[in-house]
Amino acid sequence: MAKKYELNEVEVWDGNMAAAQALRQAQVDVVAAYPITPSTPIVQNYSQFLADGYVDGDFIMVESEHSAMSGCVAASAAGARAATATSSQGFALMVEVLYQASGMRLPIVLTVVNRALAAPLNVNGDHSDMYLGRDAGWINLCSYNPQEAYDLTLMAFKIGEDLDVRLPVMVHQDGFLCSHTAQNVRPLQDEVATEFVGEYKPVNSMLDVSNPVTHGVQTEEDWHFEHKARQHNDLMNSKKVIKRVFEEFKDLTGREYDFVYKYKMDDADIAIFALGTTVESAQVAADKMREEGIKAGVVSLRVLRPFPFEEVQDAFSNIKAVAVMDRSAPGGTFGALFNEISAAMLAAGKSPIILNYIYGLGGRDTTIEHLVDIYRQLDECAKAGERKYPLQQFIGLRGPKLSFY
Amino acid sequence: MTKKIKNLKEFSLSNDRYEGANLMCPGCSHNIIVREVLNATNDPVIVATATGCLEVCTAVYPKTSWDVSWIHIGFENAAVAIATAQAAYEVLKRKGRLPEATKKMIEEGREPKFVAFAGDGGTYDIGFQSLSGAFERGHNFMYVCLDNEVYANTGGQRSSSTPIGASTTTSPAGTVSYGEKMMKKSMVEIMSDHGAPYVAQVSPSKWKDLVKKVQKGFEVNGPVYINAQSACTTEWKHAPEDTIEVSDLGVESCVWPLYEIINERDEHGIIYNTKLNITYRPKNKIPVEEYLAAQPRFKHLFKPENRHIIELWQKAVDAKWEHLQRREEAGV
Repeated sequence: MAKKYELNEVEVWDGNMAAAQALRQAQVDVVAAYPITPSTPIVQNYSQFLADGYVDGDFIMVESEHSAMSGCVAASAAGARAATATSSQGFALMVEVLYQASGMRLPIVLTVVNRALAAPLNVNGDHSDMYLGRDAGWINLCSYNPQEAYDLTLMAFKIGEDLDVRLPVMVHQDGFLCSHTAQNVRPLQDEVATEFVGEYKPVNSMLDVSNPVTHGVQTEEDWHFEHKARQHNDLMNSKKVIKRVFEEFKDLTGREYDFVYKYKMDDADIAIFALGTTVESAQVAADKMREEGIKAGVVSLRVLRPFPFEEVQDAFSNIKAVAVMDRSAPGGTFGALFNEISAAMLAAGKSPIILNYIYGLGGRDTTIEHLVDIYRQLDECAKAGERKYPLQQFIGLRGPKLSFY
Repeated sequence: MTKKIKNLKEFSLSNDRYEGANLMCPGCSHNIIVREVLNATNDPVIVATATGCLEVCTAVYPKTSWDVSWIHIGFENAAVAIATAQAAYEVLKRKGRLPEATKKMIEEGREPKFVAFAGDGGTYDIGFQSLSGAFERGHNFMYVCLDNEVYANTGGQRSSSTPIGASTTTSPAGTVSYGEKMMKKSMVEIMSDHGAPYVAQVSPSKWKDLVKKVQKGFEVNGPVYINAQSACTTEWKHAPEDTIEVSDLGVESCVWPLYEIINERDEHGIIYNTKLNITYRPKNKIPVEEYLAAQPRFKHLFKPENRHIIELWQKAVDAKWEHLQRREEAGV
């Protein structure tokens, strides 16, 4: 039995500590992990919990992130609750196995501390790793601060392990701005958190000697498509379970989560759409705009996958202009979120003016002033009733302005 | 508990947990080795398999050849897969959360065995990092390399197990090339040098020796490496019915010496003694040429301009055999 960890009603935790505490409280059976900046403190904190008797599970420091995720897959197939943490290059090394985890329907939890991808090598935050894994068939939850990183990590187990879901779940937080920034966090007491997450229910455990199972089969053109279609179907339908878990968590804590996060959108004319810590900065900028009489709002996603298509349509139904901010190098096209939100609004039959902003790559600071500038551009477009700026602009970039279309 | 095996007939009929009527080529050694390993114990076995011939031929949905629990994840992670499944087993056992049938089996003294199978590509090359890591961490499992000295599943490309002079699809013999240029990697010694309590080299043709080594491996605590010669009818290009004969030629010529290395460890895991035992000594060591001549992958070596490679082979085999004997005599 693991020892109970004495927690105050309010703790001062950074995002890494918050995620590590959630993993501890979920009583994970096997954590297989490899350290990488900026998620390293998650595995360090977890090691210390283990060393002090707060964890009754195995913690395997493997020799690479590829092995970390492979270990989680095997442990999960063996009927154990499994989780790990990573960032950036480590995430990239895991990608092969991310697809195997979801294809094998194993409810592993991965806490991702978002960081840029090399080259050039960079240890700071952006969303390149998140974007790299967005088609991997995982549920993706997004947090903006340590409290949310904690809450969503606890909820991730309950969502992924639900028998109607049985899919792995990633919980994202921004490198450094969230992972290394200590803030107030209201944790659940151990027994409350553990009860909320619930006991792990193995499905097709390899360790049941009375029922041998074959995991990780070969399928070719005869069955592969049906498997992937079923997986997609269940990922799309996981929204029901996600909604239910959000509600249960609200009942327990009073903290409310929804697929789409909205700030002052009820009467907004213009909106910034972003993920991660920028969401909080954008709220400050929106308030500034409102002091000038400009009705600005902020929209974000809690759930990147399954993509909340209808909720996004709904959020922008009465908006005149939207800035979709992508914090990942778009690699020869528009930002992925711009494309997805544009598609949602096209399907809605009524689209606001949508501009794409590429920002914050490699940890470049995005200030309130940058966000105010974006709102001013949106305001100009909204008032003119037409697009006045290029479709894609890079903001916060040194040197000559860079834009396309 | 160790299974008692009296004779081949009884062995061939016992406890078959692996269906041989699968998609493997006729005459493939992999099937023989897998059956010999699984039949060496009556205890439950949990298996991981790397991507490769064995995997693509035995678990094609909706069929499976495995009547033991089995997992395939990828090409390079069979070692970490089985090691972590074993770690999960220890955790769930401690927490009392194993399935009831498994708990009962343990009460009867029949602890599950954890075995990984991988080809030489998945072992010597792409899976080596995962294998090395799992051995360093000291997990309790057995890793069996089905060594056919080539990437057979993908059409016969060279691996770092391919011996010098072999013609493969990426080291083909040609008008100015005798084929593969590199010597084979010494995997048995490399794995022993990880401090593993038991490593051994086996051939499916010497089934009693193989079974004895597998049973020894199941008895020790810690990672065990078994390097199994796996003659490949498709890539070694011999006739399917000659598999065992070709295997025997490898053993009798000492190209494939049968031996084991035991690292005796104290209760802290510190090695206080290393022993190498040669477990089969050919009565008449045959020339390497006979082994090479039986496999068309080497046929170009018999051209006058390539003869020097056969001489090199003989020298290398003699030197290794001499070295093994000296290690055995010295008890190191």
